[in-house]
Amino acid sequence: MNVRILPKVLPQCAPSGYSRRVNVPTTLLGLLEPEPSHGYELKREYDSMFGGGRALPIGQVYGTLSRLERDGQIEIEGAAPGDGPERKRYVITPTGVARLEQWLGSPEQPEPHLQAVLFVKVVLALMSDRPVKAYLDAQRKAHLARMRELTALRKSDRLSKALLADYGLFHLDADLRWIELTSARLGQLKKEFVR
Amino acid sequence: MSAPILAAHAVTKSFGSTPALRDADLSVAAGEVLAIMGPSGSGKSTLLHCLAGILSPDTGEIIFDGHSLNTMSENERTLVRRDRFGFVFQFGQLVPELPVLENVMLPLLLGHTSRRMARAAATALLDRLDLSGLHRRRPGELSGGQAQRVAVARALVNQPKVVFADEPTGSLDSLAGENVMDLLLTAAREQDATVVLVTHDARVAACADREVLVRDGEVTDYATVAAVDPDGMGG
Repeated sequence: MNVRILPKVLPQCAPSGYSRRVNVPTTLLGLLEPEPSHGYELKREYDSMFGGGRALPIGQVYGTLSRLERDGQIEIEGAAPGDGPERKRYVITPTGVARLEQWLGSPEQPEPHLQAVLFVKVVLALMSDRPVKAYLDAQRKAHLARMRELTALRKSDRLSKALLADYGLFHLDADLRWIELTSARLGQLKKEFVR
Repeated sequence: MSAPILAAHAVTKSFGSTPALRDADLSVAAGEVLAIMGPSGSGKSTLLHCLAGILSPDTGEIIFDGHSLNTMSENERTLVRRDRFGFVFQFGQLVPELPVLENVMLPLLLGHTSRRMARAAATALLDRLDLSGLHRRRPGELSGGQAQRVAVARALVNQPKVVFADEPTGSLDSLAGENVMDLLLTAAREQDATVVLVTHDARVAACADREVLVRDGEVTDYATVAAVDPDGMGG
């Protein structure tokens, strides 16, 4: 069983507003997968690992957990006396694991500023010993395919359109550099999250 | 897709005890533009040099146009490189003492084409690449972008089957690099030449028809990268 630790460096690394694009339900599933947990504990982990100084509202955490429970992706393993939501202990179900895997394995629609969601995927996949390099390769392929489309567009249209395509190309290129660097540092990154 | 013009089968290459390529497999279709990508030191240039017959693999085989480069004599490989292949490198590698026109004529003169015919072919190609006013200049008198366009002309002048380009825009700014890539790929397509392009720049690779990635000497063909097997091993 992998043991999660909360790296203290992460909040400083992540820019403000970092969590905007993160898929909260699947990220909570990823945090729940290694072991059952309470809503508040999940929020604390989420804020520390992915919040970037922007805390996830506790109401959103419980709302999300409630919807995940309704959809059969998590269930309540037990509740301490008091019946408040903070007393419930959640566990991921096979349906939840399937959704998490499907999300981790699907490349994101290539568009600028994807680092936040890609970062979350890399961390969750590393924590659960999933094939991170293969995920990144699939993302790389999707990025390159989009870059090829934009390259074709910039050659067949007016300068104003070509410059817009260039904007997308330069940003996708930056994403790709991040993906490449991350691929090369997975071993180091894994040591920060798993022991 | 047409039949492969060039293929590597289980190619392995080491430098001393350092492995540069491990069991590399690759197939390039005739007329295709293939980008070989990868970080520095990944083995991508070694792969290009093996494909071009500049380096001999330790094991495995390179097939060009149905013939194994491995079983050719050094002399036969030299002829293939001279007559069937064209090369563009990062820093042009033009002969500094020769004017532009003669640099471009060089592959034809080495192949015993008459000076008159070599001059005509080189002039036509220089015109095509917007270099008509520069015939008499020496490489040292050219900008980086002009020098790379001259290198492209030299690579294409003998109507090669395959053009090998190793970081052809690596020393240029974005605009000059874009111009060189446009001219290289357009001229190569006009001649039905195949292009094998080594680059670490994704924007250059996006000009290609297809990419492969070399990482730690292993080749990943993106055509085979698809859905992820969730039961696979972790990174």
